[in-house]
Amino acid sequence: MKTRGALAVGVAVIGLGLALAGLGVNPYVYFAGYVVLQYVVIATAWNVLGGYAGYVNFGTPAFFALGAYTSIFLIEALRAPLPVLILSGGLVAALLGLGIGYLTLRLKGVFFSIATFALSVVLQTLIINWEYVGGAKGYTLIRPPVPFFRSWGVLLFTLMVALAVVTVLVARTIERSWIGRGLAALRDDEDAAECMGVPTLRLKLFATTLSGFFLGVAGAPFPYYVTYVEPSSAFDLNYAVNALAMPMIGGTTTWLGPVIGAVLLGTAQQVATVTISSELNLLIVGVVLVLFVVLAPEGLTGLVRKLRRR
Amino acid sequence: MADPLLEIDSITKRFGGFLALDRVSLRIRAGERLGLIGPNGSGKTTLINCVSGALPTDAGRILFEGRDVTRLPAHRRTRLGIVRSFQIPKPFASMTVLENLGIPLEYAGLARAHGAGAMEILTMIGLDAKAHLRPSGLTQIEMRKLELARAMAARPKLLISDEAMAGLSSAEVDDILAILFRLNEQGITIIMIEHIMRAVMRFSKRVVVLDAGNRIAEGTPAEIVRNPAVEKAYLGE
Repeated sequence: MKTRGALAVGVAVIGLGLALAGLGVNPYVYFAGYVVLQYVVIATAWNVLGGYAGYVNFGTPAFFALGAYTSIFLIEALRAPLPVLILSGGLVAALLGLGIGYLTLRLKGVFFSIATFALSVVLQTLIINWEYVGGAKGYTLIRPPVPFFRSWGVLLFTLMVALAVVTVLVARTIERSWIGRGLAALRDDEDAAECMGVPTLRLKLFATTLSGFFLGVAGAPFPYYVTYVEPSSAFDLNYAVNALAMPMIGGTTTWLGPVIGAVLLGTAQQVATVTISSELNLLIVGVVLVLFVVLAPEGLTGLVRKLRRR
Repeated sequence: MADPLLEIDSITKRFGGFLALDRVSLRIRAGERLGLIGPNGSGKTTLINCVSGALPTDAGRILFEGRDVTRLPAHRRTRLGIVRSFQIPKPFASMTVLENLGIPLEYAGLARAHGAGAMEILTMIGLDAKAHLRPSGLTQIEMRKLELARAMAARPKLLISDEAMAGLSSAEVDDILAILFRLNEQGITIIMIEHIMRAVMRFSKRVVVLDAGNRIAEGTPAEIVRNPAVEKAYLGE
């Protein structure tokens, strides 16, 4: 698939999203669809660092919440509109990403992962103690009248369709560029990559920054979606687990893997929430992840590749 | 010696209290074949790590083509033409053999217009039949050849071969030697670090001996084998 083809598919998906938005089906569909699409953004963003570069980030909640709380701050301070919130949330999280990029100078493998997890805990503590954005008791957003769309649910759903398409297109472009090849080399062997001329530090900083940016983008509309944000919901461990599980299930080496993983797992979780119980979510993730790690360590896309080669 | 390609000017490297390299100096002319030998722990690999940029030096300077590269990161030195292979092969496991060569070609080799393409290099080294295999499907000697082929794809001016032959059979050693001779004929300067004396002595025009971080001898292979200091370093008194 050429770049122009991919762009066409992306535009078609957004068109489909708009059509679905116009249909006016059960509001719950938009509500659940938003979550699944949000996970497409999160899984794809996580995979730029975790899959392409091989640095496993356990601190997804930190980036997501930073996006959400940047929004809250800007709403509180400036009544900033949604596009500004998304861009700002992304940029602030990108800065945090740049920061963890410098961590990779000293920390590799599981030590990097532990540090990112710690980062999430530290950031949550800071937010809990910051009254301006609601502190421990949370922040309630009163949404203004909805522009252009029938309801906020439909607007946010359509917005997430667009954000997911943009994120996936960016990830795909990187994967197929010299940057993606360099990241794959440093994932396989960082010393060898450096000695073969790959500027490993610069590429890692790029990956952490970009990954952070889109994780922040995913979190920025969150206050509008839930209208009540508390630290424990924005820093939910689910984000850390899903961000890792979805690409693992789909396959981490290509852009398609996280998309498939997010759609499958995200949908399964939404269905389970409605039909069985909302607590079953994590159990599903856990069981599926264990199965995949044991039976198909390269995820679904890896499994298909293997079967085709036969 | 006029205009050396590489000039190592009294570099020192410490690991904590351990002095791994003690003001080691070395000059290498373009086109030379230099053997670097010494007992285990004598500082050969440390010296190579300092030259390639994998380790920072504590003192001294490294000049390449007259340019001070002492503070340059490893990937910049590779782009200038200092390329090393690893003692234990470090292939890019998720890529095919051909794709392995694509990385140095894209990131370093293309900066120099002249040189072979990835497939030509594989043909010269005898890995062309395995171009589309993953490294996990290669034998030990093929893995060593991949290591050399990948270094070649960076289009080096100076190739540092770090124990490319350890653990290989005598026929396989000849195979690798033939490749290195051919590379040298193409104008590539080669530093060979090796424990297999038969190979180093046959290959090198000049041999430098390190012991405990000091340069203890230098000369033609014939001179080195007769040098009492070298004998003492290897065998003790």
